[in-house]
This record gives sequence, structure tokens and C-alpha cells, in this order.
Amino acid sequence: MPADWLKDVKHDYDVIVIGSGLAGLTAANRLATCGYSVLLLEHHYNFGGMATWFKRRGNHIFDISLHGFPIGMVKTCRKYWSADIADSIVQIKGIRFDNPQFSFTTTFDRTDFTDKLVTYFKIPPATVEAFFQFARSMNFYDDQAMTTRDLFQKYFPGRHDLWRLLMEPIAYANGSTLDDPAITFGIVFSNFMNKGVYTFQGGTDKLIMKMKATLKAHGVDLRHHALVEKVLIEKERVAGVVCNGRTIRAKAVLSNANLTATIHSLVGDEYFGSDFIREARAVRLNSSSCQVYMGIRKGETIPNIGDLFFTSSHPVFDSEALNAMDVTSRTYSLYYPDTRPGSDRYAIVCSTNANYRDWAALNEDAYRREKERLIEGVVATLEKYLPGVHGKIDHLEASTPRTFEHYTRHVNGASFGTKFEGLKVSQNLPKQISGLFHAGSVGIIMSGWLGAINYGVIVANEMDKHLRQATGCMVQSPAMATHE
Amino acid sequence: MTNDQIKHAVLQIIAVIAPDEDLSHVKSDVALRDQLELDSMDFLDIVMELRKRYGVEVPEGDYGQLASLDSCVIYLAPKLKDK
Repeated sequence: MPADWLKDVKHDYDVIVIGSGLAGLTAANRLATCGYSVLLLEHHYNFGGMATWFKRRGNHIFDISLHGFPIGMVKTCRKYWSADIADSIVQIKGIRFDNPQFSFTTTFDRTDFTDKLVTYFKIPPATVEAFFQFARSMNFYDDQAMTTRDLFQKYFPGRHDLWRLLMEPIAYANGSTLDDPAITFGIVFSNFMNKGVYTFQGGTDKLIMKMKATLKAHGVDLRHHALVEKVLIEKERVAGVVCNGRTIRAKAVLSNANLTATIHSLVGDEYFGSDFIREARAVRLNSSSCQVYMGIRKGETIPNIGDLFFTSSHPVFDSEALNAMDVTSRTYSLYYPDTRPGSDRYAIVCSTNANYRDWAALNEDAYRREKERLIEGVVATLEKYLPGVHGKIDHLEASTPRTFEHYTRHVNGASFGTKFEGLKVSQNLPKQISGLFHAGSVGIIMSGWLGAINYGVIVANEMDKHLRQATGCMVQSPAMATHE
Repeated sequence: MTNDQIKHAVLQIIAVIAPDEDLSHVKSDVALRDQLELDSMDFLDIVMELRKRYGVEVPEGDYGQLASLDSCVIYLAPKLKDK
């Protein structure tokens, strides 16, 4: 008999969360601490969504999401998770660039960046200051017609070298382009500029284990291998979900699945107004990714060449070229032993942005060949900076947009959610179907480590409001709400 | 609630949201964001806490009304007069 992954799941809950990305996990935690009964369902065997990891023979561990998020994660984790999680956050200082336009290492914070902009790029200090001030003043609820290109043109007209420095890391962090609204750049960039780039000491596995323990302590029922097939709607209200063939009822449902999959597949177009469906159909997905995972053999070491290394032989920044199959613009995440204290292992993960359609079109033979080519290009480039590294690699494999589609079930393997217009559709979902909410990577500013957690909090706030109205303003103290 | 009680209530909420901030010198007539390290998420937390503690609903379009302690008093006084 197959394992019953839904063993001991109750017949109904206040809230069901579909998907365990950071937004789903965080919303589940917020709502549980508000006193609601919460069930979280994840189809994969690991929790975390894109914030996940995998292990390979030879004691290799590979993190999927680019390590590196802003200092704001410390406060966010302390407020919405625990001091313990917040305290495991450490700075990574070696952010390195090497491309035909410039080559240097930076701590990627305001002081060092100002210095680079003034001394390396010869920008007047007053202009740099005005740019930082403007970017910092942006809010997620601002309505902005200005694009990132307009923003750069205003402060740094014609300085395409500088545009590249400003844009390339953000494009890798959230898939945004020069033609996206300026707030999508300004907010993310300012978040980093505050105090630099940070990561979790102990790796993604340790973070997600801590989050799981917190959720269990707060009484959340967590299930993996639990695939939600359908969201149930009765009389224009959400009624529950069908998961692994079983019906589970709920007063509210939060989908942390891909936005377009939520609307068109999990619910179904017939339950929405035609204007809403038209708007949802117009939501553009962000690009996908390829990654190459390189595990260094036990006993071998590599010198420190930086923590996050942006390399490219492309002459200028170019959003299209960034996604192309022959891309040379790559981000190397280098994991030294201190990433996971107590370990003596090194790992390198190379990420590139990619178009799903390029990879989906290939037959199996061509797909295998392209994967080999991807791996060869990544290792050959790394050899330039780490001579002899090829001989030290003990495990080598690649993922493509198809892999991301398989493991995350994101439409077209989208690794940064949707473009900016997705935010409005995501926020309007409960106006279409009472009790149905969405949180996940939409609109770029709500993606990435910090954006995903924060959007989970924003939506949990809306759900709390809804549930209080629906249940007649039940106010519980946090002490009553914990189920320890 | 009196005006002073409202200010005190808002400061109590901020103390939980931003435990590292020194709130003893916060000026009522100056924007909170100009005196404290508060971001837009912190204002959302203030809204969530106002609902949890006092049953007060602040719609997203009104978040700007919470800019300073004085503006909080003007905005919240009618909503909190019976609390």
C-alpha cells in the first residue's frame, strides 16, 4: 500500500496553505500565531519552494537560491520567525564583478558603492547621493510609471557601464529588466545598499529545518508529498482543497503556488469574472534559470575568489542576452566550509537566467547535449579564475527551466514569479473569490528572500482581516494562540 | 482613549515591532520614519497590531495617516473613542 502522506490530517481547518515557499511558510506562521488552525501542503519532499537544497553522494549539499539577501532579513526574521533564525544571518563580503566594462570586488553597501561610483566611474558625489536618496524613498505601494531605464537615464545618462553595475546583480536576484517599473529596482537595490549582502550560516537546510520546527511548535500541520489538485469553490466562496485525491475543507485558502497556475488550473477560469481572467491572461511570467552544481572532492580546497561572482564576456548589459542559451553572463555562488560550520566542504553553484521556451523545444538527445554544453561552459570559465578546479570537482550536474518546472510546478519553470502586473491580480484574487488568497513571487519587489517573506506577512494580514469578519471578530491573545 | 493614551498605545506597538529603537525622545510632530528606522513593513505591522489589540481597521489607502504620532492621534481618535 502506498504511504498515506495525509495521515492524521483533519477534515477542516481555518486556513490551508498550498505550497511551502517562504511566503507560504511565513503566512502559515503568522496565522498560526493569530490563533487559527493551519494546514500547509507541499508536493515536493522538501519544504522551502525555491529556498531549498539537495544532497548528493559524497556528502555534497547544494543550495538552490542564490545566497545573498539584504540586512532587512535580520529584522524580518526576528519579527516574523525567531531571534534564533535572525541570529544565524551573516554578511558575505566578497561581491566580485568581471566583465569587459569593469572588474573589481565590492562589499555592495552604500559606503563602498559610493566610493566605486565616485572614484571608478567618476560620478559627482552629489549625483550619487541624490540617486541613493531617490531610490530609498520608494515604497511598495507607490504607483510608478517610471521605468528603471528612465531612472538610470535621469541620474546617469548614457553611462551603460554603470547601468550594468547597478542592474546586473538585481537582474540575477529577481529577473527584472530595464523596462520594468523603477520601484522594482529601487526598492531591491536600496535594501542591499543599506548594509550589504547577507546569508544564513548553516545553509538553506538549517534555515528551513528551523522554520519547520517553529511551525510545528505553533501547531501548524505540515505535510509533504501532498499535491493539491484543486481549490474547491462553493457559492463564490472558497471551501477547501482536493489534495492527493482527498477533500479537506477550510475557511480560507492561501495559494503559494504560481499565480497563473492558481487561477487557471487550481481554481479554473469559470469561477472568475471575464475582466479578471483577461487581466490574469495578460500577466507575464518572469524568466527561468539554469544552474550548474559543482561539488569539490573531500580533502581538496579552493582559494577564496569571492562569495558571489558576476562574470560575463558580453560587451554590455543586455536583458535578452542574459537569458539566451549561449549566455556568458553567469553568477557563481561560492560556498566555503564556513557556510556550514563544522563542515570541511566546498561547493560552487553557477546560476544563469534562461528562457523556458528555448529548453522546452528540445528533444531528449538535444536536451542532453545542451546540458553538457552548459556544464562545459560554466566549468571552463571557472578554470580562468580557479586554475585546476576541474580536477577537484567530484560531483557535477545541471538543472534547466525543465528541472525548475518539475520541482516547483511553476508555469514555464519561472524562477522569479511574474512581472509587476501580477501583483495587482494577486491582490485582487480575494475580491473575485471570497476567502481565496495568493502570496508568492509577483511583481519582482515581492520576490527574492526578503520580498517573499514580506509578501507572506502582507497577505497574512489580509487573511486575518477576512477571517475576523467571517468568524465574527474573534480576538485571541497570542498566549492563547500557541499550541505548545 | 485620550490623545495621550493613543500616543502611548502606538508607541507600545512600535516597541514590540522595533525592539532596538530608543523611543524616549520621539517627537509627536515629526514623521516617525524620520526619527526611527521604520520601513513600510513596520507600518503594516502597526496596522495588524491595531486590529489585534483594539479591533481598529486601517485600510491601505490610509497608511499615510500614521506618519507621525500627532497624525496617528487625529486619525485614530474617532476610531478609538469608545475603547
